[in-house]
Amino acid sequence: MPETFLDSTELVLNMGPQHPSTHGVLRVILKLDGEKVMGTECVIGYLHRGVEKIGENRTYAMFNPYVDRMDYVAAVSNGLGYCLAVEQLLKVEAPPRAQVVRVILTELNRIASHLLWLGTHALDVGALTPLFYCMREREDVMNIYEKYCGARLTTHAFRIGGLIYETYQGFEQECLEFCDKLLPRIDEYEELLTANRIWQKRLVNVGVLTAEECKDYGVTGPMLRAAGVKWDLRKAQPYSGYETYDFDLPTRTNADSFDRYIVRLEEMRQSVRIIRQGVGRLEVGPVMAKVPKVIKPPIGEAYVSIEAPKGELGYYIVSDGSTQPYRVRVRPPSFVNLQSLDKMCRGGLVADVVAIIGTIDIVLGEVDR
Amino acid sequence: MRDFLRKVFLADLFEGLWVTLRAQHPKNIVTEQYPAARPKVAERYRGAPRLNINPENGETLCIACDLCALACPENLIVVGWERNPETKRKELTTFTYDTSRCMFCGLCEDACPVDALELTQDFELASYSREGQIFDRQMLEEGIHPTPYKH
Ligand code: SF4
Ligand code: SF4
Repeated sequence: MPETFLDSTELVLNMGPQHPSTHGVLRVILKLDGEKVMGTECVIGYLHRGVEKIGENRTYAMFNPYVDRMDYVAAVSNGLGYCLAVEQLLKVEAPPRAQVVRVILTELNRIASHLLWLGTHALDVGALTPLFYCMREREDVMNIYEKYCGARLTTHAFRIGGLIYETYQGFEQECLEFCDKLLPRIDEYEELLTANRIWQKRLVNVGVLTAEECKDYGVTGPMLRAAGVKWDLRKAQPYSGYETYDFDLPTRTNADSFDRYIVRLEEMRQSVRIIRQGVGRLEVGPVMAKVPKVIKPPIGEAYVSIEAPKGELGYYIVSDGSTQPYRVRVRPPSFVNLQSLDKMCRGGLVADVVAIIGTIDIVLGEVDR
Repeated sequence: MRDFLRKVFLADLFEGLWVTLRAQHPKNIVTEQYPAARPKVAERYRGAPRLNINPENGETLCIACDLCALACPENLIVVGWERNPETKRKELTTFTYDTSRCMFCGLCEDACPVDALELTQDFELASYSREGQIFDRQMLEEGIHPTPYKH
């Protein structure tokens, strides 16, 4: 029988940009054969604000708050990457105390980002309750940020050369309390989800992306580690003194959505370990290095990449010796990771597309910039 | 066998349900009743701007140096000043601050040499019009007065 006999008509379906499970304004054009996905195409750019171009028209210090608005779920990590890149251009280094505070705050941010991911991902897949619990814990991190720098989401916590704010009274205490509280809560999430048969049915063997494919696409972060590759920039190219902290890199081998869930949960536990070590290391000292009032880096370029909650976040800055950057290029993890969507969706069902978008952990502010 | 029984008696689902039930206890309720109960925001909170006045003589602290306007990435502060012919010093006349474009980054506050401009703990900035978002000198000195919520 000729093969065309079984072919049904293909249907093209638009998903988004206004769709609750696309985590923002992502539009996916699905080519369907019944329930089966034959191909997808992403349309991005609905949230494009031209952040890189804005960078060319602002001084170095002025551009700092804008980077928070790319991955607004992990604003502190963005700020760290940018500050490190400019510091490399200026050839200064933040004082030790500032570095420890930076590590603590970015690890708190990793936890907050993963919590939000877990809540929304579970919501996409159909579990409503975890969202509320995750938000409840995330609130504690937000409160620490609010007390530390005065803003909850778009924090603008770091400055070029260190920190502008000293830690507040009771900062260490609150961080440790949060750590103690979080660990049993993570177990609680596991109780809710890990063994749940619906959760497993929806995630196991859905959205498989093997290690080879991850490397081909340039996928980084928890997705790469769920495929069994032990790659984390905190270990591979340590920055801010990460080489002195003792923590493990959780990896799994199945490379499916379920493994990414396990990896992210485990990463939260490791972040707790880092925060505890960091709090123990806080010593009295200056928090700001000597940087000129008007930042005017010498002619040159710098690329700094850090391990953001979603993967490798890189800042490439070219300086022409003036007070404004000649070019700022951002390598956002979400943008690169999103490219693997088509590969993972092909051959799956429509319902899996939602689970797969969730499992990539994208923030559209960062994809579109 | 154990797995089979777990499956038949829906053990995995009941475990999850037990977590949900535990969270129903009144002491585990964490929701803030916002308009009725107002939260206390942190001391360093960056909210509505205020132009501080000297409590002793009621004069503005601002010396019209324009540093805040230069520091602002969004260019939304306009400082108007006049040179006093007698003292030969700059004196503040107008001050506009467009909160609709402000991102509350705090750079202006950091730039001010005399702590005249400050981002305060007032967080209720909504208004009915775009013009209402533009703060003039009077509003900046008096602070915002949101309508209190009544039951
Ligand atoms: S908070 Fe930032 S954006 Fe707002 S006026 Fe001050 S410097 Fe400008
Ligand atoms: S920086 Fe301070 S003193 Fe100078 S114009 Fe602005 S508010 Fe006034």
